[in-house]
Amino acid sequence: MSKEKQEEGNRSNDLDRAIETSRRDFIRKVTLAGAVTVTGGAAIYSGHRFEKAKHREGFVKVLTEDNRLVEIPVEQMRDFKPDLKMLQSRGREGIAGRRWVMVIDLSKCRNARKCVEACQSAHHLRPYEYHINTLVMQESVNTPAFFMPKPCQHCDNPPCVSVCPVDATFKRQDGIVLIDNERCIGCRFCIAACPYSARIFHWQEPSLNEADKDKEYDVELNVPQKKGTVTKCLFSADRLREGMLPYCVSACPNGVFYFGDENEDAVTNGTTKETVRLSELLEKNAGYRLMPELGTKPRVYYLPPKNRIFEFEEGEKREYKEEKA
Amino acid sequence: MDDIRFSKPGEQGKINSLAADILKNVRINTGFLLWMGFLGTLLVVCLYAYTIQLREGLGVTGLRDVTSWGMYIANFVFFVATSLCGMLISSVLGLIGYKWVKPISRIAEIIAIAFAAVAGLVIISDMGRPDRLPYVFLFGRVQSPILWDVTVVTTYFVLSLLLWFFPMIPDLAIAKDKLEGRPKFLVKAYEILSFRWMHHETQYRIMGQAVRILLILIIPTAFAIHTVTSWLFAVTPRVGWDSTIFGPYFISGAFVSGAAAVIIAMYFFRVNYRLDKYLNAEVFERMGRVMVLVAIVYLYFNLNEFLVPAYKLKTGDAIHLRELFTGHYAMLFWGIQLFGLVIPIVLLLFRQMRRPLPMMVISVFVLCASWLKRYIIVVPPQAHPNLPVQHVPIEWVVYKPTLIEIAVTVASIVLVLIIITVLSKLFPVVPIWEMAEEHEGEEKIIQ
Repeated sequence: MSKEKQEEGNRSNDLDRAIETSRRDFIRKVTLAGAVTVTGGAAIYSGHRFEKAKHREGFVKVLTEDNRLVEIPVEQMRDFKPDLKMLQSRGREGIAGRRWVMVIDLSKCRNARKCVEACQSAHHLRPYEYHINTLVMQESVNTPAFFMPKPCQHCDNPPCVSVCPVDATFKRQDGIVLIDNERCIGCRFCIAACPYSARIFHWQEPSLNEADKDKEYDVELNVPQKKGTVTKCLFSADRLREGMLPYCVSACPNGVFYFGDENEDAVTNGTTKETVRLSELLEKNAGYRLMPELGTKPRVYYLPPKNRIFEFEEGEKREYKEEKA
Repeated sequence: MDDIRFSKPGEQGKINSLAADILKNVRINTGFLLWMGFLGTLLVVCLYAYTIQLREGLGVTGLRDVTSWGMYIANFVFFVATSLCGMLISSVLGLIGYKWVKPISRIAEIIAIAFAAVAGLVIISDMGRPDRLPYVFLFGRVQSPILWDVTVVTTYFVLSLLLWFFPMIPDLAIAKDKLEGRPKFLVKAYEILSFRWMHHETQYRIMGQAVRILLILIIPTAFAIHTVTSWLFAVTPRVGWDSTIFGPYFISGAFVSGAAAVIIAMYFFRVNYRLDKYLNAEVFERMGRVMVLVAIVYLYFNLNEFLVPAYKLKTGDAIHLRELFTGHYAMLFWGIQLFGLVIPIVLLLFRQMRRPLPMMVISVFVLCASWLKRYIIVVPPQAHPNLPVQHVPIEWVVYKPTLIEIAVTVASIVLVLIIITVLSKLFPVVPIWEMAEEHEGEEKIIQ
């Protein structure tokens, strides 16, 4: 029996200790909560006082483009929307200090065509209208075929720009070749001159023009597209302005595209987001450009299609039907 | 009175009989009205096709991204080419001193004016945004061959117009009193346009100088228009266009189509206007020789253009030439070379073939072949670009002109015919005063 009593005593001892602990704990917590409340309240109060002191009722402080801090009435605040004039002038100028460059690793392309779809949805194109197209290429009958995404090559010596009669297509300081659909007269000399077939013409009313009616034309996006003018790959100049990778580059699931700045000698893979040295990437993988003998000096580099799939399969055959007006 | 030309009674008689011959066609008769009515109706129908193109966009043509230049551009090149005949006849042959070109020089100028004027319109029909035509002048960039083309074609048109008009002033002065029964507006127009010409020797001397300057100026201009037109193709790195001899190749071809057009017009005026006294067998005989000469030169350039790349068969050239020699365009290609060049040369070597009717028939073949040749130059090189054409609708791969495209092209040809008809019907087609000098045997060349 004594053994039982002893066990009972032990148990009540444990209980006392537990009650003691929780009480101490409670006091500590209450004290802490009190302290937090007081400090928080004080902080909020002083913050409120500071905010109240900072600006007058109904005014807001704004930093202007030329670095001046000004106050404007809240009711006069408008969301910023660049107008056509501004879009045009900044679109023609380009982004200072940059020399955009693209590297396409042909060994990775599996014809997912996600680049094509992302591009077409961004630029409001039909399924058979391409700024970028993935082509099936084969150098000779004895070598297996491979897939080759083909955007505009953004040549440093662009034949299309030379022949344009009205300065509608032009080369920017950041290396991008753009086309201004507000200027283009639709002579299609540039299409005739381009050795890479990179340019397309709006033979009919562009697909989403009804919906795009009220949009301001952005030369860096070519939207709204315009009937009777030429359009082409823009290296997603609108995305670059926001510090993002081009639509096709980010959409690729297979890590085909690298994009970056030649001046920094760095390119970033759109899938893995890994940034590598451009010169090293090209040197180690024997990077090349399309038709260098033409002297067009493209800004798009290709890495050779090594490790080809010998049982080449093109995948499902797609049918393209022209939409009739 | 010595310094007034054609004042002697004998000369007056000569002038009067010449004027009677030549001016009898200057009238608005039922034939003219019917013909203009026909052309006008055709033009309206064809222009309706153009309004559809304006509304719907260039998608109503067979043109697509692969072959983005087609029938319109081929037609433009043909027009510019044919307009070169003005320079060939009046300047090249005239300045050498050949007198036999006098009766046909005005015909050649009329053809030059008509084709050069409409060539400008043809290029507008090919534009995706014709409403932006002023941009070419507002934002024109000098390094684009299109700017050069616009400049020289306009210059050539103006020079041809002056070259047609200046030597006609004495004729208008002669004719203004001899227009009984013609509409009032025509008589008035003759009065105004003859600028009170008095046939004074000083006037003739000044006009002679002006014409001579124009004749010299028009030679480089004419070479420029067609060389620049050839450069629209030759400056691009495309197989089939990327050729260094395109300039002379085009010019020599232009002389062929120009000469053919002049011969056809000569035959028409000879028969319909009953001008066989002036557009006589001798003039035809000489034009036949000119035709042989220019056609042989053109054949020589063809040999260079096709045989040299065919010998090497570089990858791109091989694809292009196979299409022409044995492929899709073989019939057209060999047909043009044979019926438009080789057979005409052989036939015209025979004197019997250099008579008016056979020459007219041969020239029709040559002219049609010239048009098709421009088509062969413009269209096939686009069908096989450097990179494969994939993932596009089937209509995009092969170019086939649509009815609308053909109608707009017909409209341009109708417009040329209208201009030629009006200019040749309302004004004397054969120079009266120059023929008078010719007949008197006076060796008066424009100083």
